[in-house]
Amino acid sequence: MTQVADKIESTAPRAAHYSATAASPRGDVPAWMASMRAAAADRFDSVGFPATTDEEWRNTNVSPITKTRFSPAPTEISHAAGELADRYRFGGDAIELIFVNGRLAPRLASQPRLPAGVRIASLAASIESDSALIRSALGKHATIDSSPFVALNTAFVADGAFVHIAAGAELNRPIHLLFISTTGEKPSVCHPRVLVIADQNVQASLVETYVGPAGTYFTNAVTEIVLGDNSRMDHCKFQQEGADALHMSATNVHLARSATFISHSVTLGGLLTRNDLAVCLAGDGAEATLNGLVVAANHQHVDNHIFLDHAATNCPSHEIYKHVLADKSTGVFKGKILVRPGAQKTDAKQTSKSLLLSDDATMHSQPALEIYADDVKCTHGSTIGPVDDELVFYLQSRGISKAAAHHLLTYAFAADITRRIRVEPVRKRVEDFLARQHDLPLDFRITETGTHDEKSR
Amino acid sequence: MSLLEISNLHARVAAPGGRDILKGVNLTINAGEVHAIMGKNGSGKSTLAQVLAGRETYEVTDGTVLYDGRDLLELSAEERAREGIFLAFQYPVEIPGVSTRYFLKAAVDAVRKHRGLSELDSAEFLDIVRQKMALLKIDHSFISRAVNEGFSGGEKKRNEIFQMAVMDPRLALMDETDSGLDIDALKIVANGASTLRAPDRAILVVTHYQRLLNYIVPDVVHVMMDGRIVKSGDKSLALQLEEKGYDWIEKEVAASTAALA
Repeated sequence: MTQVADKIESTAPRAAHYSATAASPRGDVPAWMASMRAAAADRFDSVGFPATTDEEWRNTNVSPITKTRFSPAPTEISHAAGELADRYRFGGDAIELIFVNGRLAPRLASQPRLPAGVRIASLAASIESDSALIRSALGKHATIDSSPFVALNTAFVADGAFVHIAAGAELNRPIHLLFISTTGEKPSVCHPRVLVIADQNVQASLVETYVGPAGTYFTNAVTEIVLGDNSRMDHCKFQQEGADALHMSATNVHLARSATFISHSVTLGGLLTRNDLAVCLAGDGAEATLNGLVVAANHQHVDNHIFLDHAATNCPSHEIYKHVLADKSTGVFKGKILVRPGAQKTDAKQTSKSLLLSDDATMHSQPALEIYADDVKCTHGSTIGPVDDELVFYLQSRGISKAAAHHLLTYAFAADITRRIRVEPVRKRVEDFLARQHDLPLDFRITETGTHDEKSR
Repeated sequence: MSLLEISNLHARVAAPGGRDILKGVNLTINAGEVHAIMGKNGSGKSTLAQVLAGRETYEVTDGTVLYDGRDLLELSAEERAREGIFLAFQYPVEIPGVSTRYFLKAAVDAVRKHRGLSELDSAEFLDIVRQKMALLKIDHSFISRAVNEGFSGGEKKRNEIFQMAVMDPRLALMDETDSGLDIDALKIVANGASTLRAPDRAILVVTHYQRLLNYIVPDVVHVMMDGRIVKSGDKSLALQLEEKGYDWIEKEVAASTAALA
């Protein structure tokens, strides 16, 4: 590490500058993993960070990352980390793993008791015991050429979470992976990694939470989820990083025959966020529901890139992403749907709705449909605008003040996503956040029931 | 003192170069009375209702409106509602994500707070709501649903009158409440509205058609044309309009204008 220059040339960044550990990556990993890291580092060194001239990064400038010199994140578990753990843990019957700067912190959570056929542990601890399984999937779905940030993460893959649910295993408790960042005197970096493999006929709920303190730090997370035949996963990604945090994430999901993936991505924190969610419907009859909520203010920038790969027949997909943008915040939504040749009876529906609470807020919303099959249904719709004056007047005409009407309508706009979240602790956390933001009582629930349309999902 | 006194009211669309719509409306309504305003599309009758309710898309350029002796035009839309003015919308909006229960409770509490009363507790509120739901033959599930979301035209109009019943206004403005209703829905809505007739309440019904007035029999019928009230009479005027249309009034107005010239 001694050769690292004080000033990093943004034109030629090297993976080695972004190590999450002070020491070079641990040597005691299998040879396949060592070569995987090396290939990833080479890949990153050759492509570097994306520029806004790159179509996929047109609206997201990563210069806050390229212009910062990062140090490895502190290894000790600070008092601040403990406080964040207390604040964000689910408790109750959840199966929880708590990570600090990408590394499992066993003392922050009790060792979960797991049903037969279920393995939930740190990646580092599983590499030996589950080497063949991990090797078969790690880096196969989030590939190093998919994004420079995935390459960078892979160059340092060492720890993170490994979840394996064997065929037919019963798991009726949510799995919560809580990633806490801490930061020292200098900006720090970590590369959390998650690998989830569910065999056939499994039902599971998995939540990834990303939180951290004030101060600049960089979280570069990669998650791979592989679902076997007839398996179903409720997935939530809840991000409430610190106000100065830089958060890049890639989530790649692979669905076999008749598998179901339901995703709720909620972004509340961070200065610069990019979420890449790529879902491959690889088996006939697989189904994906991808919903997202972004609530941003100040100078926050949040970019959600969704890629739905319809690669099999009879696959429905539903996407609703909503942005609530205040102050000078910026939202980006790109929803790509690829219907491959032969993916007949695809039924894909994409909706992007954005509420601009200030004249200075900006939203970029772009659908991208590529359809190579002829018997398919694909629809998309996008709306961007301020709170509807007509709705405000309706509420005012019933005695509700203009300010309260704006709060209520903004809450309701966002609640359309939150009420779909099935993992109770996540739904409650987001609802409480919104209620506080909009001066509503914490026990406030906007509707007791959804519409029929939503019940069916 | 009259409950509502409108003098020489002029209003236009609040936008650069906005069209003049109200061109000198004069109208006085006393508590206990029901007035109907009839007129063709574009005559300004819906605009009048919205201006009275405080819609900011219209700008009052001249004239005065006294409500209970006070300058109504100084008040914001929500203050007017809290002072007892209720507008039943021609096109009620859908508010996905807001339950009718929460919405109505917030509305009733806002009015009560304004009047120096405490907020209703849930039981008291539900008592009132149940009573009014029965009046309009509304199903109980109604209040758990998002406001107007996925409602038919008839359900939306029924919801307006239901809200009106719960809010207990002093001046109710019904903007084309009959439009888009089939005869059965019309009966329920109109009968519900007519039960709200009370000595301390005035109702202003804006409508195209006479049929609603079979149920809510007006004390006075006004005809609006090009932003003015051009003729007023008793309920028989509505029947005359139903029978003969508006042409004869247009001719009458043209003749009297010519005579003045």
